Amino acid sequence: MTAAAIEAATARLDYVLRIADSALILGQRLAEWCGHGPVIEEDIALTNTALDLIGQARLLLTHAGALEGQGRDEDALAFLRDEPQYRSLTICELPNEDFGRTILRNCLFAAFQMQLWQALASSSDAQLAAIAGKSIKETRYHLQHAADWTVRLGDGTEESHARMQRALDYLWPYTAEFFSPTATDEQASAAGVGPAWSTLAAGWEQSVLPLLEVATLKVPPRTPFLSRGKEGRHSEHMGHLLAEMQYLQRAHPGANW
Amino acid sequence: MMTAEQAWEVLARVADPEIPVISVTELGIVREVRAQAQGIDVVVTPTYSGCPATEAIERSIVDALREAGASDVRVQTRLAPAWTTDWIAPEAQEKLRRYGIAPPGGGAAAAGAIQPIGFVPRVDCPLCGSRNTERLSAFGATACKALYRCRDCREPFEHFKPI
Repeated sequence: MTAAAIEAATARLDYVLRIADSALILGQRLAEWCGHGPVIEEDIALTNTALDLIGQARLLLTHAGALEGQGRDEDALAFLRDEPQYRSLTICELPNEDFGRTILRNCLFAAFQMQLWQALASSSDAQLAAIAGKSIKETRYHLQHAADWTVRLGDGTEESHARMQRALDYLWPYTAEFFSPTATDEQASAAGVGPAWSTLAAGWEQSVLPLLEVATLKVPPRTPFLSRGKEGRHSEHMGHLLAEMQYLQRAHPGANW
Repeated sequence: MMTAEQAWEVLARVADPEIPVISVTELGIVREVRAQAQGIDVVVTPTYSGCPATEAIERSIVDALREAGASDVRVQTRLAPAWTTDWIAPEAQEKLRRYGIAPPGGGAAAAGAIQPIGFVPRVDCPLCGSRNTERLSAFGATACKALYRCRDCREPFEHFKPI
């Protein structure tokens, strides 16, 4: 392979891993709600969402393993990489905090996934397009669920409103990472693998901003802060999350049941 | 040697592990069956990405065909076009209703768009037929179902979500 071809293949793998890892890590976070939901219906809703996300991650990681061609399967990629090798968006690894912050993150992320799946339907990578076509049906339900709660809590009691506003103030700066331009985006978009994520910003804002307004939440101004999880530079929360997620495969390599 | 028609007949008796009143063919996930000299190829399109029943379904397909005399069975996964509840046959939708699960109905693939905030689709009670029902939860005991309650007969029931 020429140097340019190697670079393109690396960017394509990186691009798929960003989508896969974001779903995986948020799935892991949401799974923490299992048995801890405020009411049983929401316990089930959050774990159902986690299950969908982990299902999406499995398909995407299997595809990433095939692209990489080193014989790594979904499990090897999910459980046996180290922190800087994960390409997930930082927002996905942040602690759940309360139900409101969990729901608001789901809302912001699902709205982003909707934009991404729509654009990936025309990917030159047929497998990626197929996974997107399948996942969008699930994400539609995630967004609907999270949007309903965002409005109910944002435009709710004084206490629920205050908590949702705090959650938005906390989460909003991390959404800049969705759209920050990288070399991977440039390469992937040139090869027709998928859109540069910066091009998804307008559609995302169109779906999120009116919703936040109905929820009576005030969108904080943009700041220079930029998280870089998708480039492998994670927050202090990621190591703890991985320690729990990877514990079994690290302690008992190859354990299977 | 088993023919494709014979294989379809065998598969029509393989029940869905979560909803045993309908078969895997009625669920619409078996997309293609090919009889080869070496055995049978079955192409399956999974329902939800994270559905834990997917692997159980593959196993029961292989077991049923082997038991019926197929020498070798290979199950392949096809993701596109994505599975839709529109592929559930009308007779199977009726079976779901009689089983107590409100069926998804047709036209899910066309519906696509995000519903307005707070919108809850109206679902008829599968037990008494009343339209006076309410959604308790958008998610249910399995990824494919939502939880409802009938305000008339007071019974809770599940709704197979249209996707």
